[in-house]
Amino acid sequence: MGLDFTVIPGYLDIVLLGGLWTVGITVAAALLSFFGGIVFAVIALYAPWIIRQPFRLIEWVFMGTPLLLQLFLIYFGLVQIGIDLPAFVAGVIGLGLHFAVYNSELIQTAILSVDKGQMEAARTVGLSRVQALRKVVVPQAVRAVIPPIGNNMIALLKDSALVSVIGVSELTLSAQRAIGATYRPFEFYLLAAALYYVINLCMEAVQRRIERRIAISR
Amino acid sequence: MEQQQDFVQIRNAQKAFGSLEVLKDISLTVARGQIVAIIGPSGSGKSTLLRAVNDLDPLTGGEVWLDGVQVNKSLHYRKYEKHINEMRQHIGMVFQHFNLFPHMTARENVTMAPKLLKGLSAEGADALAEEQLDKVGMLDRIDYYPSQLSGGQKQRVAIARALAMKPKLMLFDEATSALDPELVDEVNLVMKKLAEEHMTMIIVTHEMDFAAAVCDRVLFMDQGVVVEEGPPEVIFRNPEKERTRAFLRKHLENAR
Repeated sequence: MGLDFTVIPGYLDIVLLGGLWTVGITVAAALLSFFGGIVFAVIALYAPWIIRQPFRLIEWVFMGTPLLLQLFLIYFGLVQIGIDLPAFVAGVIGLGLHFAVYNSELIQTAILSVDKGQMEAARTVGLSRVQALRKVVVPQAVRAVIPPIGNNMIALLKDSALVSVIGVSELTLSAQRAIGATYRPFEFYLLAAALYYVINLCMEAVQRRIERRIAISR
Repeated sequence: MEQQQDFVQIRNAQKAFGSLEVLKDISLTVARGQIVAIIGPSGSGKSTLLRAVNDLDPLTGGEVWLDGVQVNKSLHYRKYEKHINEMRQHIGMVFQHFNLFPHMTARENVTMAPKLLKGLSAEGADALAEEQLDKVGMLDRIDYYPSQLSGGQKQRVAIARALAMKPKLMLFDEATSALDPELVDEVNLVMKKLAEEHMTMIIVTHEMDFAAAVCDRVLFMDQGVVVEEGPPEVIFRNPEKERTRAFLRKHLENAR
């Protein structure tokens, strides 16, 4: 039994729809991980002890345990304490917070490496510490770590396949459904791989555009 | 114009890092509209004194007053933060390394604080940016980023940024020391212009010619004390103290 790609057109709509879900979940989780990463970084560096400690626990959970387990905890676990999230939302939160913790590590280092003259200059025109962080220090730190954050976002795209286990009909799960109907795993997994590759290329293009735009203001 | 004699007052300023005394009981009064230069060898405490005026380097003893208000009031943390942010709006500062915000254009560097702190409208901010950047001769670079400007241009934008808050007092911390020699004049010219407008200024500098030409009074500091102070004619031509003479002689030799 060789490869037969003629089976694809009949199920292309299902798989493409799955691709759209993957794009949706990736974009939503990427945004959450980006802004969450900034918030986490500022908390880790500047918040009082009492706020920092519970945050460190969250950080440990998201860094030290498998993403799969985290998704199970958020989707199946939280129901028991009355928090019943739709699968898509649970997936976005799980992926988003998981990568927020990684982004936070990058942003923390970048914040600490912003020249201290920047904070001083902001304070001398009358800005408070918080205003100076928000307007001057954090924007520079974030610009400095756009490339590594971009790498994290590519990893996020790939790990988005894991949300298939909580029933989000994203690309991988859609391919599996097509396979269930046709018994053609190779063809549909290859199709899924090709689509991941296309999404990947788009993300890289977006990243390059952002990098070009900020190059001048560094 | 009647001068307010005690516009800026530093009373018995002391600063110590552990047992190392950087400032030893320094007092200084600057009248409104006066321009004071602080000179001295590196490590003499001149920058520390300047940075104490807006509490960037808090004193360990003594008081700083501006226009009848104590800058380094002893207040509770939160109240103090509010007080010092308010005070700093009246004290412009220019740094040796410019410290422009690299992610903002010249316009944004100038308008960020007035917009945030004084609630300036977009139109008001644009007018302010144009006015201030015109004053320092940088209007034609209004939408340039710092990375696109020369050192002298950066420093002029930094001065415009400080002036945009309409300060009562300007502090210059070796504003031309990091510049290539051919770029020093353009910055000095802007500072001279401010002097003609009777801006009150305290200037830490290595440039004796500039200090002699612009300042009303010169302080020579060494090892945390004011060794000698007086009008520039006296300090530069006919200093009383041997330490001042030695410093000026050495400086002259280095300049050759």
